[in-house]
Amino acid sequence: MVHGEAWTLKEFFVYPNEYIYWTIQIVMYPFMTGLVAGAFVLSSLYHVFGVKQLKDIARFSLVFSFALLPVAMLPLMLHLQQPQRGIAVMLTPHFTSAIAAFGIVFSTYGMIVASELWFVYRKHFVESALALRAVTQRSLGQQLAHLLFSALTLGAMDISEEALQADERAVKKLAGAGIPVACFLHGYAGFIFGSVKANALWMTPLMPVIFICSAVVSGIALCMLTYIVTMELRKILAARKKQKYPELPSVEELKSVEANVVTITARYLLMFMVAAITLELLDLVFRGYTAVKSWDILRNVIYERDFVNIFVIQYGLGNLLPFILFLMPRLSIRRAVLATSLVILGVFMMRWNVVIGGQAFSSSFSGFMHYTLPIWPTSVETFKEGFFGAALVGLVPFFLFWLLNKVMPVFKETH
Amino acid sequence: MISRRNFCRKSLLLAGGLAIPLAALELFDPRRLNAEKIEGKKVRWVFLVDTQKCVGCGLCVKECKIENEIPYDANVTRTWVERYIVTKDGKTHIDSPKGARDGFNTTKVDIGHGKLEDIANEQINKAFFVPKLCNQCDNPPCVQVCPVGATYQTEDGVVLVDRKWCIGCGYCIMGCPYGVRFFHPVHHVAEKCNFCYHRITKGMQTGCIDACAFDARRIGNILDPEDPVTRIIMTERVNVLKEEYGTKPQVFYLGLTKEVR
Repeated sequence: MVHGEAWTLKEFFVYPNEYIYWTIQIVMYPFMTGLVAGAFVLSSLYHVFGVKQLKDIARFSLVFSFALLPVAMLPLMLHLQQPQRGIAVMLTPHFTSAIAAFGIVFSTYGMIVASELWFVYRKHFVESALALRAVTQRSLGQQLAHLLFSALTLGAMDISEEALQADERAVKKLAGAGIPVACFLHGYAGFIFGSVKANALWMTPLMPVIFICSAVVSGIALCMLTYIVTMELRKILAARKKQKYPELPSVEELKSVEANVVTITARYLLMFMVAAITLELLDLVFRGYTAVKSWDILRNVIYERDFVNIFVIQYGLGNLLPFILFLMPRLSIRRAVLATSLVILGVFMMRWNVVIGGQAFSSSFSGFMHYTLPIWPTSVETFKEGFFGAALVGLVPFFLFWLLNKVMPVFKETH
Repeated sequence: MISRRNFCRKSLLLAGGLAIPLAALELFDPRRLNAEKIEGKKVRWVFLVDTQKCVGCGLCVKECKIENEIPYDANVTRTWVERYIVTKDGKTHIDSPKGARDGFNTTKVDIGHGKLEDIANEQINKAFFVPKLCNQCDNPPCVQVCPVGATYQTEDGVVLVDRKWCIGCGYCIMGCPYGVRFFHPVHHVAEKCNFCYHRITKGMQTGCIDACAFDARRIGNILDPEDPVTRIIMTERVNVLKEEYGTKPQVFYLGLTKEVR
């Protein structure tokens, strides 16, 4: 069977070789990089712009951004027909291609986040290494942990006041440098689509900017959601461990911190959401107003075939409803959970409507293609580019976050 | 201990010394030498399709599949023939079942989902066939977007794909406004028409030209003013597909009308 045939339904005249070649994994790719960039921007709000109220979530979102980073590459590998040659993009890039910049942008960003994390956690690494060194009879686990933490210090054991201040200055500089790189990482994902002149829906110079704004929205929303979930877990743990470790923050303290952080973060989320929606609507209005050759078929796709996906799920459920939920007075945690989940859904649907919607019509402008997501895999292909492949991509960052949290605890006072 | 002045002087000398062999390499660029010897390009392949002559038999598609080893029953093809039926109500009905591999053996139009639409003869204003193949563009978007340079343009203008280098990302498929590219069902890399490069470079005709009994397809060298194809392109009213994309396509059509997509 031809690649793409398993999930493409053709209607009216579609060129014989046209199928939906870019599927769910290419929806996941900008969605995941968007989360990476958004989480980083959120952490930088504290580190660079000194938004003190976000201190608690800043460290959290930085680690989460790092956990998301390798996963931005995963959907691409699952999508490639020759994944074993994927490394060629990094080793022998062909620079007229937008994809060729991937290696450079991705590794630059990775290095910035890694070094920023190192400066943030250096004190912790040194303390852990020293504490483990003091243990005389180390178990195998402790031995390994000692090795790991000693290696992570990179030999910089100085944790005097001046050294830590120097660390803080470095964090600030790195976070500052990281914002444009994070925006570039994602803006360039938008450029990959926006520069395809053969695709009438994708081709717009607004695409990178729209992608960046929605990326920040989704990143903040996911950080908020994960933050709330971990805080709830901490509250349960705090109630349980209160007797044993009296120095731990109490449930009430946690509750007030959580409410405060969520309210402040929601404000930034709303700001970026307004920017994202404005740009998306501007694009839509502009297309309708100029009504070039492709508008006939685009109108059909946007207002008829994909109406539910675009206007009901993306704009209605994903933008308007959370907008109202956030703006209503006295934001509760439960309402914030609902609203952030809807925002994430909205951004996901935006990616879906761009990637799949862009292939919903033939470049002959005379026919349509309908995409059916393979749920239960019948072959490697339908696994990789089906529901389970996408679910795998969606779950890996949480697993990585859990692993990273063992080495770089996001809530320091936790036992 | 080396003095600062001495250090600067020696480094400049070293850099200059290194630059000389680099410049020498540039001097003896074999490609430029070769280009100077043959005074520029000799061949630029172009294709000429006469839509007035095509009867939609599909023998070209059949031959192409066999010649280029595209699995016969796979629903992808390097070349195909489209049927256009313009009815009295101004509508254009287009189809190309299986790329017209078996020709058009029914008057009903394939509208997808396995459904056929019946069009009464008296409703038809005009009907015709249009063969399609890769346009071997002068400004090929597929070559531009390939992230690893696996697809490239030869000196004589044909765009080729390196099957050992293609990573299968599909960006070139997305970048082609003509929909000529697809993933090869066996090799799992990007695939497209290459004017039967293995034949034309040995003085043969393309497979589809050999298969066409009606002379609807012809290949020529646009740099040779004596070439009959060149003469037609230069002296008659020819057109190309989707010029607005700036791809500078090199497949020329006689008798192209506005309905053709």
